[in-house]
Amino acid sequence: MTDLYQAIITAFELIASADADLLEIVLLSFQVNGMAVFISCVIGLSLGAILAVYHFPGRAAALVTLNALMGLPPVVVGLLVYMSLSNSGPLGVLGLLYTPTAMVIAQTILITPIIAALTRQSLELIHSEYHEQLSSLGVSKWQMAQTLLWDGRYQLTTVVLAGFGRAIAEVGAVMIVGGNINHLTRIMTTAIALETSKGDLSLAMALGIILIILAFIINALVHFINSSAERHAYA
Amino acid sequence: MLEQPIKVTNPSLEVTDLTYVIKGKRLVDHLTFQLSGPGITAIMGPNGAGKSLTLRLLHGLITPTAGSITWKNPSASHAPTHTQNKPPTQAMVFQKPVLLRRTVAENLRYTLSVQGFRDKARQRPLIARALERAGLTGLDKSPARRLSGGEQQRLAMARALMTTPDILFLDEPTSSLDPSSTYAVERLVKEANADGTKIILVSHDIGQAKRLADEIIFLNAGRLMEQGPAATVLTNPASKAARQYINGEIVTADHTL
Repeated sequence: MTDLYQAIITAFELIASADADLLEIVLLSFQVNGMAVFISCVIGLSLGAILAVYHFPGRAAALVTLNALMGLPPVVVGLLVYMSLSNSGPLGVLGLLYTPTAMVIAQTILITPIIAALTRQSLELIHSEYHEQLSSLGVSKWQMAQTLLWDGRYQLTTVVLAGFGRAIAEVGAVMIVGGNINHLTRIMTTAIALETSKGDLSLAMALGIILIILAFIINALVHFINSSAERHAYA
Repeated sequence: MLEQPIKVTNPSLEVTDLTYVIKGKRLVDHLTFQLSGPGITAIMGPNGAGKSLTLRLLHGLITPTAGSITWKNPSASHAPTHTQNKPPTQAMVFQKPVLLRRTVAENLRYTLSVQGFRDKARQRPLIARALERAGLTGLDKSPARRLSGGEQQRLAMARALMTTPDILFLDEPTSSLDPSSTYAVERLVKEANADGTKIILVSHDIGQAKRLADEIIFLNAGRLMEQGPAATVLTNPASKAARQYINGEIVTADHTL
């Protein structure tokens, strides 16, 4: 109990003193996950909007696949990306293994289905409401998808934050493809795993506290955005 | 109003054997009728008569199982050849107004933009005029979905009329409105009709049909029971179903006169 108490005290000291190692890890976490979420948004929002608007043969199979991919095991994704980027893999020549780029690739593969599937669900609800009216106005399917993306912006902000929350808490895939190399590919979750195994609970706890604070901030943002949207009748 | 090369006044419509079947159920059953003249046509009938479905078929929102819908354009006979077969421009207002999750002005601007009028400087006076016409001046920055039911329906009307359509379809536009809001919407309908827009209106309201309609098409169980001048159909209906309906009786599915 004393150890835990001491670890928490030291963790707060590390945060309060803006410890250089801690900041470096936090910054890299934001860089890797921010980039992964950005790429996932570009792909996932577009894909979700297209699936919400267009009806085509095989759409049901596409939806089932997309929903199934939401539950991709991170370690399996990590393994697949590892095999692709390793020297003997098809993309080995790029030399990306154990780099932040490899971590971005793995995170993007994990988050894109989540953002695409949640986008599709959100926009399909709006589409069922708008469809006849927009058709009556002579709006094309493509314009319809753009309209849904704009009018669903509040719900989609929640979707993006959910994707970011998932990414920032992920450990398995980034550990495999990033290698958890100090000053290069060490991010919050991998550092927590490593420091815990080393017995350095203070740094692990400090990072854990930051992660928990982030989770609170993300949930508060989601709540604020939703209530703000409802207040302004844009939801 | 928007600049359009040819305003299709007095478009005529020929509906032949229009049928819509879904899951083996014949909801619209071999409708054949013609519409011409610039007036207001009311489609009436009891619940399940196929009124709203017929409106959607005419507007092209759904595809008929069989039959044809042919729009003709007699007023364009003097127009350049390339415009003579131009289909009439159409708009529709639904029973429950579907407004975008945007401000009042942005809802109107959207309609202009999708019709290709993207120049904001040109949009502004059109939006201001539409707001004035609908009695919504000063509400341009309000979220559209925060308006009252009557204001929402007036906004939906204003949006539909932004592009000065040749035909305006109205699907029970006042069914959930109070008398003063109903009056305001009916005033917009009359003004649009006076400006040359043909109105095809679905209504349950016999009083509204008396106030607005020049012609009535009466449907029952997906079939055409009768068509004629509003004064005649409302005072001396030829079909049993229309008689029952106007007398406030339960309308049977009996298709005899």
